[in-house]
Amino acid sequence: MSDQQQLFKVTIDNITIEVPAGTTILNAARKIGGDVAPPAMCYYSKLEGTGGKCRTCLVEVSKGSEKDPRPMPKLVASCRTTVMDGMEVKNITSEKVLDARAGVVEFLLLNHPLDCPICDQAGECHLQDLSYEHGKEGTRYEFQRRTFKKHDIGPYIQLHMTRCILCYRCVFTADQLTKKREHGVLDRGDHAEIATFIEKSLENDFIGNVIDVCPVGALTDKTFRFKNRVWFLKPMDAHRDCPTCSGRVTLWNRGDEVFRVTARKDEWGEVEDTPDGKPGWICNTCRFEKKKTSDWVIEGPRLINRHSVISQGHYAGKVGTHMPTETFEAVNDGRKPKLLMDIHSVSEVNKPEVQLSLIDGPAHSKVFNQNND
Amino acid sequence: MSKKLLLEKAHVEGIRYFDVYRREGGYRSVEKALKEMSPEAIVEEVKKSGLRGRGGAGFPAGMKWSFIAKPEGVPRHLVCNADESEPGTFKDRYLMEFIPHLLIEGLIVSSFALGSNDTYIYIRGEYAWIVDILEQAITEAKNNGFLGKNILGSGFDCNIHVQRGAGAYICGEETALIESLEGKRGNPRIKPPFPAVKGVWDRPTVVNNVETLAAVVPIINMGGDEYAKIGVGRSTGTKLISACGNINKPGVYEIDMTISVEEFIYSDEYCGGIPNGKKLKACIPGGSSVPILPANLLLKTAKGETRYMNYESLADGGFASGSMMGSGGFIVLDEDQCVVRHTLSLARFYRHESCGQCSPCREGTGWMEKILKNIEYGNGKMSDIDLLWDIQRKIEGNTICPLGDAAAWPVAAAIRHFRDEFEWHVLNPEESQKRNYGLAHYADPIHVPVA
Repeated sequence: MSDQQQLFKVTIDNITIEVPAGTTILNAARKIGGDVAPPAMCYYSKLEGTGGKCRTCLVEVSKGSEKDPRPMPKLVASCRTTVMDGMEVKNITSEKVLDARAGVVEFLLLNHPLDCPICDQAGECHLQDLSYEHGKEGTRYEFQRRTFKKHDIGPYIQLHMTRCILCYRCVFTADQLTKKREHGVLDRGDHAEIATFIEKSLENDFIGNVIDVCPVGALTDKTFRFKNRVWFLKPMDAHRDCPTCSGRVTLWNRGDEVFRVTARKDEWGEVEDTPDGKPGWICNTCRFEKKKTSDWVIEGPRLINRHSVISQGHYAGKVGTHMPTETFEAVNDGRKPKLLMDIHSVSEVNKPEVQLSLIDGPAHSKVFNQNND
Repeated sequence: MSKKLLLEKAHVEGIRYFDVYRREGGYRSVEKALKEMSPEAIVEEVKKSGLRGRGGAGFPAGMKWSFIAKPEGVPRHLVCNADESEPGTFKDRYLMEFIPHLLIEGLIVSSFALGSNDTYIYIRGEYAWIVDILEQAITEAKNNGFLGKNILGSGFDCNIHVQRGAGAYICGEETALIESLEGKRGNPRIKPPFPAVKGVWDRPTVVNNVETLAAVVPIINMGGDEYAKIGVGRSTGTKLISACGNINKPGVYEIDMTISVEEFIYSDEYCGGIPNGKKLKACIPGGSSVPILPANLLLKTAKGETRYMNYESLADGGFASGSMMGSGGFIVLDEDQCVVRHTLSLARFYRHESCGQCSPCREGTGWMEKILKNIEYGNGKMSDIDLLWDIQRKIEGNTICPLGDAAAWPVAAAIRHFRDEFEWHVLNPEESQKRNYGLAHYADPIHVPVA
């Protein structure tokens, strides 16, 4: 079997597939897709050495392999455990896994500020998704959340250490994409923090990618800071002839204005491969400097998972799809929903006659007041 | 008087220096090993001796040695784990401080067995003066031809390097130690690959505790079979126990694992009983991370049998009614000690020492400390006790390295055995600030059901 790669049969949640030897359980589960794929906060398939830290991808191995059918004694991190032939894995079919995962979600949210309303990551935050899908309703934590001294890490990247879950992805990114890593993890335990030593600005050509790999809002784009919410923006695939990178990006537009440029992300939130099979990291010039539509060749709208908040109300009127219609009355024999309070009776900005996705530029109170006049 | 193998000569005047050590019969094992034995024979001898790792986990040392990968052309390394940071454990310090040459001798033999030409001693930063002692011992050994090139004409080269840590408990975990040795942040690695395959600089590495490596010397001198006759069952040889807490004679004792716990605490040869006529309340028999036991379960197992100072007997009953031998840090608590406060100080330690790499340990240890602080200082709630139990359950087994388990076990055991003391703290917040719970029923004989 010199050329032919050995295939291992692995059963995950009673679904059997064949994967090449050396595949991790997580990647095998991702091939099946859907709910079977464990969530991953720290693992990033495009970065070597990531994974194993966040413990959200824990799974139960109920049968080690065909040769050694003993179950593994502990839950294992699926992102760092390779499959064996005949392995049987329980993910969402295991009570133990769901319980441990809910525990991990609670731990991750323990010191997270939950400042989603003012966080630029809201709407595309993996921690939000994770806690909605796997977390419990509330926390049992009654203490003050930890805070950090603020560090300025340069003109492009905003660091919010309080939101960080210490996945180490940005550390690996800097290690693998740049010549010299300037930031890292200082201190230890629950006061460990991402920082530079001492107070440096991150200015490598590719350092902007740490924004894309950050699963939470700890590293965000300073040029996009507080400019808009991601769900008001329209993601468009675009490219340009860039001397340093592939130049294949997603533009986040509102009308004709480019608010933000990011790499193209696949369904797991990871940077998509370019046609030559390499990860499509983009350079700082593309990300931070080219904020005009004329800089780019627009390919078309980017497909976004329809469950994502980003795909709500998109392209209405401009690119094509129609407005969602209210279905409550139709399925309830014409009964109208009983509302405790109509938000429009008190809100000055949230007017039903103003179609948010049709406004060019950010929505601020002026838009609504004009309509009132 | 039990047999002494390691500390027999520890108090000979000047044993710290090569000349005296050599005169007292030191370095015989190096001569024997390098001249008469092959590396495989040494590994076989250690296997036969049944020597178990003295660092805490108790994994058979010979077995660990036989796992080391031997790819062509790749150097192998032996690393001595002298990062002894477990609260209550100070046996390695004693060994290195008083008879450093014993460790050096063990290291040379073990390096020869494993084929390690560059051997490292990773020592905790706080043992600053011991570094000097070790380095002096290494220089002396080198000057006398026991280290360096072509040792005793056998063609085997070996150098020992002493590397100081920066004072982190986590660097006692073998993969974190390796990371730290490489000059990186001391985060434990995710296993597999195990150090035996990819350790220091991705080369096959064996990491052993100081005491384990020192025990290789008597094994080679007397032979593995002879060594295995000391002790009982799978607990062979002698073990250093560092006893501390409320006892008359704290210190490091070498035991041959046949004595009972009761004898160890009360006999004059060892701890010498509890001072001021107080009664025994609880004990942590193997260093801070193993489960704490109340007096009744410490002296007798749940089945009513006498508990002995060895790996099996201390673990009898599992975590429900037993504990572990651990690293041999024997901490005794008398009736005046408060278990809640004690658990709090351990929780604070683990919070401080968590590396922060994986989430359950990073966040959970801090949470447990805060809750315990509330309970101890009279601000606790009844639900907090169940919450603590739930947190420790979610940390244990879900982390990369055993530090998560080590942080969870003391809390779990304290709640398991001393729940009414926690409840008393919650119910009597003011009284608990003025006096402690006392002995209560923790020394009462346990009812043993008739079979």
